[in-house]
This record gives sequence, structure tokens and C-alpha cells, in this order.
Amino acid sequence: MRLDVAIARRIDAAQRPFALDVAFASDARRIVLFGPSGAGKSLTLRAIAGLLQPDRGHVRVDGRVLYDAARRIDLPARERRVGYVFQDYALFPHLTLAQNVAFGLARGLRNPSRRSIAQAARHWMEVFGIDALAARYPNQVSGGEQQRTALARALAPEPPLLLLDEPFAALDAPLRERLRESLLALQGQRPDLQMLVITHDPVDVAALGEHVLHIRDGRIVAASDT
Amino acid sequence: MTAALWQPALLSLKVALWATAIDLVLGVAAGYALARWRSRLAALADALLALPLVLPPTVLGYYLLVLLGRRGAFGAWLDDLGFNPVFTWQGAVIAAALAAFPLVHKAARAAFENVDRQQEDAARVLGLTPLAVFVRVSLPLALRGIVAGALLAFARALGEFGATLMLAGNLPGRTQTLSIAIYSAMEAGDDAGATALVLVASLTCVIALLVASRLTRPRTPPRLA
Repeated sequence: MRLDVAIARRIDAAQRPFALDVAFASDARRIVLFGPSGAGKSLTLRAIAGLLQPDRGHVRVDGRVLYDAARRIDLPARERRVGYVFQDYALFPHLTLAQNVAFGLARGLRNPSRRSIAQAARHWMEVFGIDALAARYPNQVSGGEQQRTALARALAPEPPLLLLDEPFAALDAPLRERLRESLLALQGQRPDLQMLVITHDPVDVAALGEHVLHIRDGRIVAASDT
Repeated sequence: MTAALWQPALLSLKVALWATAIDLVLGVAAGYALARWRSRLAALADALLALPLVLPPTVLGYYLLVLLGRRGAFGAWLDDLGFNPVFTWQGAVIAAALAAFPLVHKAARAAFENVDRQQEDAARVLGLTPLAVFVRVSLPLALRGIVAGALLAFARALGEFGATLMLAGNLPGRTQTLSIAIYSAMEAGDDAGATALVLVASLTCVIALLVASRLTRPRTPPRLA
């Protein structure tokens, strides 16, 4: 279990040109990327997932090369096997929670059936306590339930790496606490799972950070282990 | 009902259905491409594709004749294959499809632009090919807008007159569509026949518009308390 990232990317926006240049490697099971908004946290996550192409560098997960500019390797996002929890969850509004969770288990041209839900999807809905809501649509459940659906959806295909972009930003304090605990409990079940969490909340850092990276203006300015 | 009434009505229906089907395929493809592709060239393409909406139908008919007529560049080639759309019902389909195309294209483009890009990203990360992302996420989320555009295109194709007359002509039983039959009946002084045809045409278009407005009304699954 080792995440090894070195990515550089220039963004030539007219108003605010931005240079991302981050490099880190860690064996920690929970890595926290901590910094103010606009520091390049989300860009880093998108580059690891294959949603943003860097100008140079590499991305390796457990020795598997996802991106290497020098060797001209650039796996498309669909082949990277990376779990991603988006900041506002990006659930599919036209599918039930069960279909959302099962989405990545069916790779063909048809969405998972509303009625017969794959065993793995049912398992992850039970883990996150949303199995009773299986037939609901995302806009029919609370923010915390949407968040747990997004987690279950990302985990169902069993990715070795889980990326979380400000996973608790939209939730109130007691709910954040509960979800932090369920993330920690999750790693008890999946000991081989590595997590990279973006946050600007110091409480997240204290609770989740095994390896903490401080990012500012597109660069890692400090790293610490707890 | 007499043959003078149902023959043009059925022909119009057949022509409008074919034209709508063709516009759905081409309009959805062009709408998706232009919703995702931004450049000065894309803006130019968008303007060109909207032209049939503002050009007089006779101008469209003229262009089609120049292109598809026996001496036209494309028409001569078609002629060698043993087919020419001039004065055929297929010609009426081509004219109607061209006139109605922007209605599907514009609706599809707007609908795809409203699809959250992050939902497409989520599907890619979950292992889907670009085609699967389109079929399973983008298309269903844009479907209502596309169907509404298709209904408007259907109504427009049903009423097509100018371009159809120029390319397909006015051959009773072969290319005489509803709107052309109305014109012919008026010219011949058959007021009763014209009135009956007008009523059929009006009713069909009102129904298509009612269905379109139902589909464009925003609808989300009901929120539960």
C-alpha cells in the first residue's frame, strides 16, 4: 500500500494563472491534504483520478503506474480503479440509491436494474445503514444519507485507493463526527484500503490524519506524521 | 373520410415521422458535440446549424434542388445509384428534416449543457467507457429536453410547405402533403375540402404542442418529508 504522486500542471486562466506542482509519497492508510481553498487540493485529486491531465510527473498506486509522463503512460479514468467521493456527491439523480451504489458494478451500456441489486451493492448499503432507503431517489434523502450513498458507490467496486474531496463540508457537526467514525471503522473492514482526504477543517486533520500534507498555492509546504 | 382528406394526412404523418427520426439522430449527435466542444469554430457551426430556422423555406428548397437535383453535385451521384429524391416522398422527408433540424439540435444542446459535468466524471471514475457514460448518464438526464425538441420538430415537419413544394412538388397521392393539399384545395376553390384539411392540421399541431409543454415542465421525483 503506497501512494506515490508527483504532478505538475499549469492552468492558464486569464484572471488567475495557477501552477500546480505537488509531490508526495506515503504508506500511511489515511493521508490528509490540508489547505485553504484555491490551494490546488481538488486539482490534485482530479489528476490522480485521471480527470485532469498533468503536464508532467507520475502517479503510482501500490506499484501500479496510472500515469507517467516520461514513459507516456496515461490510463483513462475508467481503468484507474480509484474510488472518488465528490464534494457535492455527484449522485445520479435519475437512479435510485441502490442503482447508484451498484452503478460501478455494471460496466456495460445498461444501468443496474431497479429490482435485482447486486450482492456487493447490498453489502455496502448495509455497511452505511442506507439499505432501508434503497428504492429512494437522491433528492428524497438527507444530506448525510446522500453522503453515505456516495461512499458506498465509490467503495462497491473495491478500489485500492479512495479519494475524498471535502467529504463533510456540507454536513453539520454531529453528523461529521459520526461519518468520521464510520470512515475509521471502514478501514477496520478493508485494511488494504488507502484513503486520501481533502479538507480545510482542522478537526478532520486531528481525527483522520495519519500523514498530513499542508498545501498552499499549488505546493506542498509541510508534511507531518501523527 | 374521403381519400382526398386521409391520403395527404397519412402522407404528412409518414413524412413528419421520418423527418423527426432523422433529426433525432443528427440533432442529438450535433447537440452533444457542440455542448462539449468550445471554440470559435463551434460557435460558427452552431450558427450555421440554426440557419434553417431563419432562412425562408423557399431558400432551403432552392439549396436542396441545387444540391440534390439531377445536375446537382450530390444529385448526379445519387442518380448514378438509381435514386433521385426530386419529386418523391423521400424528397419531402429531406425537406422537412432540414427545416425542423434546428428545433431538435437547439433543444438537445441546451439539455446537454444542463447535465452536471461532475456526474459524467463520477461515471468515468466508476469504470465506464465514453459511450456508456453517454448512454447511462448524459442521455437520460437530457432526455426530456430532447423529446420536447423532437415534438416541436414533428409539428414543424408536419406543416412544412415551401421547401417541400420545391423539392418534392405537388403530386396528389405521392408528394402532396397536408399543407400542400390545403393550398391546392384553396386554389381549386374547394373551400369545404380546405377547411377539413385545415382542421386536421391544426388539431395535430395543438396536440404536439400540449405534449411538448408537459415534457418541458420541470419534474423531479417527489420529495418525501
